[in-house]
Amino acid sequence: MSVNQEWTPNIVAFCCNWCSYAGADLAGSGRMNYPANVKIIRIPCSCRLNPLFVLRAFQRGADGVILCGCHPGDCHYSTGNYYARRRMTMLFSMLDYLGIERGRTRVEWVSAAEGAKFAATMNDFVKTITDLGENKKLEDLRCKK
Amino acid sequence: MQEMIKERVLTLINEGAADRVLAWETGEFFYDRTPKFFDKNNVNDLKYDSFCGANVTKYLIAEMPKEGKTIVLVKPCDSYSLNQLCTEHRVNREKVYALGVGCRGKIDVEKLRTMGIKGITAITEEGDTLTVSTLYGEKKVARKDALLDKCLCCKGKEHKGVDEVIGDSEETSVGDKFEMVAKLEAMTPDERFEFWRGELSKCIRCNACRNVCPACSCIKCVFDNPKSGVDNKAAADDFEENMFHIIRAYHVAGRCTDCGECSRVCPQGIPLHLLNRKMIKDINELYGDYQAGAEIGQRHPLTDYTLSDDEPSVVHERGGANA
Ligand code: SF4
Ligand code: SF4
Ligand code: SF4
Ligand code: FES
Repeated sequence: MSVNQEWTPNIVAFCCNWCSYAGADLAGSGRMNYPANVKIIRIPCSCRLNPLFVLRAFQRGADGVILCGCHPGDCHYSTGNYYARRRMTMLFSMLDYLGIERGRTRVEWVSAAEGAKFAATMNDFVKTITDLGENKKLEDLRCKK
Repeated sequence: MQEMIKERVLTLINEGAADRVLAWETGEFFYDRTPKFFDKNNVNDLKYDSFCGANVTKYLIAEMPKEGKTIVLVKPCDSYSLNQLCTEHRVNREKVYALGVGCRGKIDVEKLRTMGIKGITAITEEGDTLTVSTLYGEKKVARKDALLDKCLCCKGKEHKGVDEVIGDSEETSVGDKFEMVAKLEAMTPDERFEFWRGELSKCIRCNACRNVCPACSCIKCVFDNPKSGVDNKAAADDFEENMFHIIRAYHVAGRCTDCGECSRVCPQGIPLHLLNRKMIKDINELYGDYQAGAEIGQRHPLTDYTLSDDEPSVVHERGGANA
């Protein structure tokens, strides 16, 4: 395998349409910088995130996966993010138990008004993942280029 | 106890209270007890003894479209599975007569083999001693040394929500079921990764753990979907192994009654219960003590929430050595 000097992490950010996705927009229109290697996938609510999507993202080459949703209490479907919170807690715990690095998964609540928080969160997450390096433990060799 | 059960079953059928019974018959080997439906004509072949470790409740699902009522024999641990199946509307409790049967722990023939006892031709028991006849002579083994692992962490001998109980039970639990989980939690992530790679790479994807699990009862399963990337008979690489096991354990989180069947049937001896119990332990610690299947109609922790639940980062903040 050739050593890639230029390695930058692949980040998948699942963003709730009603808050964090708009927050990302705001970050964009406010010209706040966050790294281009954050790939945003829009979901209708944080609870749309099937835990399988997280595994799938890692399989297809993500080095870190973050879920952004409305603040607890602000979900547009009232309770979606409360369910998502428990699901992700259990999923992250299972990944941790299997020895996957803890920093690779994260949940952050970002509202539509928090463009700056969105940018800051992404910068921080990218830094964490850059420090952790490539995702080796949950990579799928079949999906390697 | 077996004769008492047969008699009671016959009476129930003759009285018109039920039409058939789901229990065990002798399988390929003398110690095999496989699930079987009996009616009053063949109920005499019904077996209930120390080899009936298998949990038969899942077989009720296919019975539901049929007319009439089915008697099901349930050990204390099986009663939790039955309740869980009813909670999930897989089994209609009204079409079932749950006949609790006493249990003093079930024998694991594999354990006898790992003790070096080969060529087993018969096993008889008297009190706390097993007499194992082999091609090479007789061996005496303490009964408690030959019990299934699940029996050593038995949830207790109370049948939950059954219609009637026949026969006595004896306490068999000796251990703390979370002991090994706690040991793993105390390891470093790399050690845990090594441990699980070692275990999960043994998996031959026979799917027995899926097929036996009473909590795992979808008719269309992701593991049969060629588009899922986890449908292979043999895992293509580490990722697929991990993916299979994460899905298997995670999707029964909150619904797994810890019946122990998945670990019991695994031909590769993979300690699947350590994955399930991790989920159970987390749920207990984060969302309050919960026992799946304790009663019908419970709302399970992953379809519930409180406003003050911990954030997911809690799993990254817990624990010292493994940070
Ligand atoms: S777990 Fe308990 S109830 Fe179930 S077979 Fe073992 S001893 Fe009997
Ligand atoms: S029973 Fe064991 S070998 Fe078979 S699929 Fe399950 S874990 Fe793999
Ligand atoms: S996961 Fe294993 S222990 Fe849990 S309900 Fe299924 S078969 Fe039983
Ligand atoms: S609508 Fe944003 S988390 Fe539910």
